[in-house]
Amino acid sequence: MAFLEEVLEPGVEKKRDTTGATLAGFRTAESLVPDKTAEDMIIPGVEDVVDESTSGHKPHGSDPVSDQTMILNMGPQHPSTHGVLRLVIEVDGETIISLAPDIGYLHTGIEKTCEAKFYAQVTPLTDRIDYLCPMTNNTAYALAVEKLLGIEVPERAQILRVLFNELTRIQSHLVWLGTHAMDIGALTVFLYCFREREDLMRIFEAVSGQRMMTSYVRIGGLALEPPADLYATIRKFLKNFPEKIAEYEGLLNNNPIWISRLKGVGHLSPEDAIALGVTGPPLRASGVDFDVRRDMPYSSYEKFTFAVPVSNGCDVWARYIVRMEEMRESTKICLQALDMLASMPEGRIVADAPKIILPDREQMKTQMESLIHHFKIVTEGFAVPAGEVTSSVEAPHGMMNYYVVSDGTAKPYRVHMRNADFATLQALETMCKGKLIADVVAIIGSIDIVLGAIDR
Amino acid sequence: MPDPITNPATPEAYFGKEAVTAALADHAAIQGLAALITDAKWDRNELTLTVASDTIVAACEAAKTSGYNFLEDVTAVDWFPTEPRFQISYSILSLSLKQRIRLVARLAEGETIASITSVWPAANFYEREVFDLFGVPFTGHPRLTRIMMPDNWEGHPLRKDYPVEGYR
Repeated sequence: MAFLEEVLEPGVEKKRDTTGATLAGFRTAESLVPDKTAEDMIIPGVEDVVDESTSGHKPHGSDPVSDQTMILNMGPQHPSTHGVLRLVIEVDGETIISLAPDIGYLHTGIEKTCEAKFYAQVTPLTDRIDYLCPMTNNTAYALAVEKLLGIEVPERAQILRVLFNELTRIQSHLVWLGTHAMDIGALTVFLYCFREREDLMRIFEAVSGQRMMTSYVRIGGLALEPPADLYATIRKFLKNFPEKIAEYEGLLNNNPIWISRLKGVGHLSPEDAIALGVTGPPLRASGVDFDVRRDMPYSSYEKFTFAVPVSNGCDVWARYIVRMEEMRESTKICLQALDMLASMPEGRIVADAPKIILPDREQMKTQMESLIHHFKIVTEGFAVPAGEVTSSVEAPHGMMNYYVVSDGTAKPYRVHMRNADFATLQALETMCKGKLIADVVAIIGSIDIVLGAIDR
Repeated sequence: MPDPITNPATPEAYFGKEAVTAALADHAAIQGLAALITDAKWDRNELTLTVASDTIVAACEAAKTSGYNFLEDVTAVDWFPTEPRFQISYSILSLSLKQRIRLVARLAEGETIASITSVWPAANFYEREVFDLFGVPFTGHPRLTRIMMPDNWEGHPLRKDYPVEGYR
């Protein structure tokens, strides 16, 4: 039990050296589980797990009974895998010997579809990748294309992007908290989280006309001017939200089931996290202090003051604490953004680039030049200078990169999305090995994956 | 060391190994990979370093030694019908320098490239994805199987000569 006690003291933030992380053998001593588990295969495939169960350990039906292992299929239709994730698990009793994720059930070929669309037509496709944070997807794609085009987005639009990115982060974290708590057995939290999420959904609907697939952030700016009373609605939501977070914590923090299911489960050392490509809250919960918003600012994040929550717990509990603190920090960022918008004169929310951005309806109906631009953009798209760029944003699930290659035509030559979920899934085996089946559910909840982002 | 990302002294683009090496002599990646680079590009504040496809593991080791300790992404671009056809792009981040570089290797149809899973285990899924969708084989990968498409699928969807719609 000594291990459990030293796992986490919230608030204690020690900086860890992230350079030259030791990768020898890829697993640090603390994450190696002795005796029972399979030997280290480093992210095994499904076939590896099956082969291993028939060679190293005695399979089901052999003698003596105590040495038998079993292959267990979890998913793809399983509520606690958060989508269509299939896990192939070799178990000895309830102990996990080895585990392999099988993905691709939601693969829709979005990257291929992007290559057949005009640049502007790709934006709605990006909504559907990580469907819990459409604004963040849109922003990452818009930043990449704007970098290729070399256009400057007005400051007001940048602040609005920050505002809606942070509201999206809160929304995504609310879905995470609700489903994670429900997986553990606390149903009430889910109802409370979705109550607040509904407010956010109404805000998104007011600003974009859509609750989930917003397509609000466009190349060169934003789709629409927010309605006049929206800022007051957002401010009212943000004013009440901190006490709502306290309410969720009141339901969970002292709950003995919640504590014993989370603390000391799913250990991921910082060295392993870096070696396995983990980003976002799971990386920061392993003590690595890196946040794209602060360290490589985009869309004027450098103008905001906010803390980056870091924990040295390395377990499911630490990830819970980090995300709860992130919601509080996001609330602060949103309030700063609202203050900035209030002190800023009315102005454009799109870049001054008439050959790239659709003119507004009134101009299009009254001005010949705007009508021509509108016709040309809709029928032919706009040519983007050749080159390759990577944009990087801090999505709710971790680092989200868009790699866009242009060959100088009106359609992207290649669009590739790097989503945090895909890499984080590789760390699942490291976290689950030697634990119990019930812990797998807690660990999947803690890495907060969306299969739309993994399979694309 | 001046930060080339924010340093206003180098806003313009440089193409070619000599030009980039001269302009960004202080850059950690340029110093660490000087012997391996065959071509280089500094464009839109992003550094792209081309290396020969048979030196990719050495290049990744050198990048890691120079402080670029986090593998973000491995992906490919199909430049069909140009030869060599495939461009494998490795996006590598330095958590301490707060910079990213892009390592690029070109290879023709039928050629193989070494897996970098020995340097970063995180490359595992990404290399499987490139193998699945582009048909580029990685030698030394622990288990190179399809990851997105079904195991019995024919063809590699992200190749440019694979149709976007219609029946196979």
